[in-house]
Amino acid sequence: MSEATTTTVQSPADTKNMQVVYKHPESLRDVPTHYCPGCTHGIIHRLIAEVLDELGVRERTIGIAPVGCAVLAYEYFNIDGVEAAHGRAPAMATGMKRVMPDKVIFTYQGDGDMASIGGNEILHTATRGENITVIFVNNTVYGMTGGQMAPTTLPGQVTTSSPYGRDTQMQGHPMRITEMLALAPGTAYAVRRSMHSVAEIRKAKKAIKLAFMAQLEGLGFSIVEILSTCPTAWHISPHEALNFIRDNMVPVFPLGDFKVHEALKGRRV
Amino acid sequence: MAKELWKGNEALAEAAIRAGAEAFFGYPITPQSELLEYMSRRMPELGRVFLQAESEIGAINMVYGAACAGVRVMSSSSSPGISLMQEGLSYIAGSDVPVVLIDIMRGGPGLGNIQPSQGDYFQMTKMAGHGDFHPLSLAPSTIQEAVDLIYESFDLAFKYRTIVVVMGDGSIGQMMEPVEMPPFKEWPEERPSWAVRGAKGRPPNVITSLYLGAEKLERHNMRLQKKLAQIQANEQRYETYMTDDAEWLIVAFGTVGRIAKSAVRQARAEGLKVGLFRPISLWPYPESALDALVDRVKGILVVEMNAGQMVEDVKRIVARRRPVHFLGRMGGVIPLPDDMLAVLEEIVRGNGEEYRYLGGTRWN
Repeated sequence: MSEATTTTVQSPADTKNMQVVYKHPESLRDVPTHYCPGCTHGIIHRLIAEVLDELGVRERTIGIAPVGCAVLAYEYFNIDGVEAAHGRAPAMATGMKRVMPDKVIFTYQGDGDMASIGGNEILHTATRGENITVIFVNNTVYGMTGGQMAPTTLPGQVTTSSPYGRDTQMQGHPMRITEMLALAPGTAYAVRRSMHSVAEIRKAKKAIKLAFMAQLEGLGFSIVEILSTCPTAWHISPHEALNFIRDNMVPVFPLGDFKVHEALKGRRV
Repeated sequence: MAKELWKGNEALAEAAIRAGAEAFFGYPITPQSELLEYMSRRMPELGRVFLQAESEIGAINMVYGAACAGVRVMSSSSSPGISLMQEGLSYIAGSDVPVVLIDIMRGGPGLGNIQPSQGDYFQMTKMAGHGDFHPLSLAPSTIQEAVDLIYESFDLAFKYRTIVVVMGDGSIGQMMEPVEMPPFKEWPEERPSWAVRGAKGRPPNVITSLYLGAEKLERHNMRLQKKLAQIQANEQRYETYMTDDAEWLIVAFGTVGRIAKSAVRQARAEGLKVGLFRPISLWPYPESALDALVDRVKGILVVEMNAGQMVEDVKRIVARRRPVHFLGRMGGVIPLPDDMLAVLEEIVRGNGEEYRYLGGTRWN
């Protein structure tokens, strides 16, 4: 029997001496999500909600949902939300931020939404240094439409629209868009994190917090790319999916910081 | 206030500002670029928002975002740019947010040219994007009328939570005329309760056009249709000119409607009793007013700067009670009073067969 189990509260009377170390974030609604078993969208939602709570900005934050698996994200966050057309969330965010500069605006986008159809919008939003935050969830496929090839699909990866495996001669190479966006002078913060282990999840939360801090401090465009699972479209178990990120995705999409504004360097969060 | 000489595009911009536009997002395209340029100077001067977007797709989605905040926001473009905005327009319509748009129409299809055209009638009144919706579309025939219509457009957009489009052809945008500018409109500071501005002290607001579930989306559409029916009942606008004793009727909108007035006067000088029906609202089409005129005339001539778009609505309303003839010019060729008169004379001489004149020749 482990240490943790032996210290479990035995009666309600004991609770008054306990310290709350883990609770449901106020920025997240207490509702079941539609995400598949083993999908890491739920974890990412929770990290964002924790960060919004910690920064005390829930009541002035607006989230913009993409087209893709996270299309219903506004039903899970306990904040004001809107639903964008496929890929257009950064343009919507731009319109919102320009008319409400005191609000916190973030988009939540997948790889198909942001890197493919929304390539132009995200590129120009970063280039303008639009003071918004983008949470970019990369799982190498279009999950919602059934697992088709995305700009981020790995070389050789079999998807429903690359049944012979992605042939880079025919279908091009995976797109490392966060590195590209890091080149924009308007970008204050551009990093890649992953969901494949608890340690990586904790790093991802810190990055999300820094990205929102960049916005709050008016430093410019911030983006956190998060390598995420899609066990359903990958046709593997949730556990294997986490290993797939570590073994197959990370070599193509290296984790790290591609741009960190001077004002954010060395900040403890 | 005294009249001043204004270029159409700039007059529209200034009038929109005086109407209360708080934000403008746009992309350059001839023949409306002066509107964007004017906004780029004037909006910052007044502490309002101006941003040149990366594309019309970017512009309309910026408009969408700002509209969700309950802000008076607008854009302007011309035909090919409006095509690019259609996706956004559909989302905006599906989300019930108020937006004002100006379309300074040019010749198509494709890149076409930059000459005046009325080729976007179908696009704006019938299918401004996927799904069932119609923007409230207003077509001015003079720059003063353009100013007056845009001045009202935010009121209409917010009253119905709808898209209001002022549709001028290239000549409305490019020509200069004396205009009386209206005063700056006062707006309350309070934002609409549906606006997405942060869930402070209230449950979250959500703006979406997504309704999963067949019954859910049908209910949403029923609500949208009720709103459109209300607009149809309240907002039909038109002008009649010398229709009281008219035996023949010209139906034309925008610049062509204005030119048709000269044709009416010329025809009357020659003893032909002609009148003009000029729709100002293209959607909702002023159906009842036109319907009331049909039985009083012998025949109807529809004149447009396209290959025949509004004529389909006229035929629907006339319902074969009278012959409906058509005179259309395309590519920026403007039908002149003499052209209209020549066709009228042929109609009068004819046996009631419906004529279609296209590009200066008779097609049947």
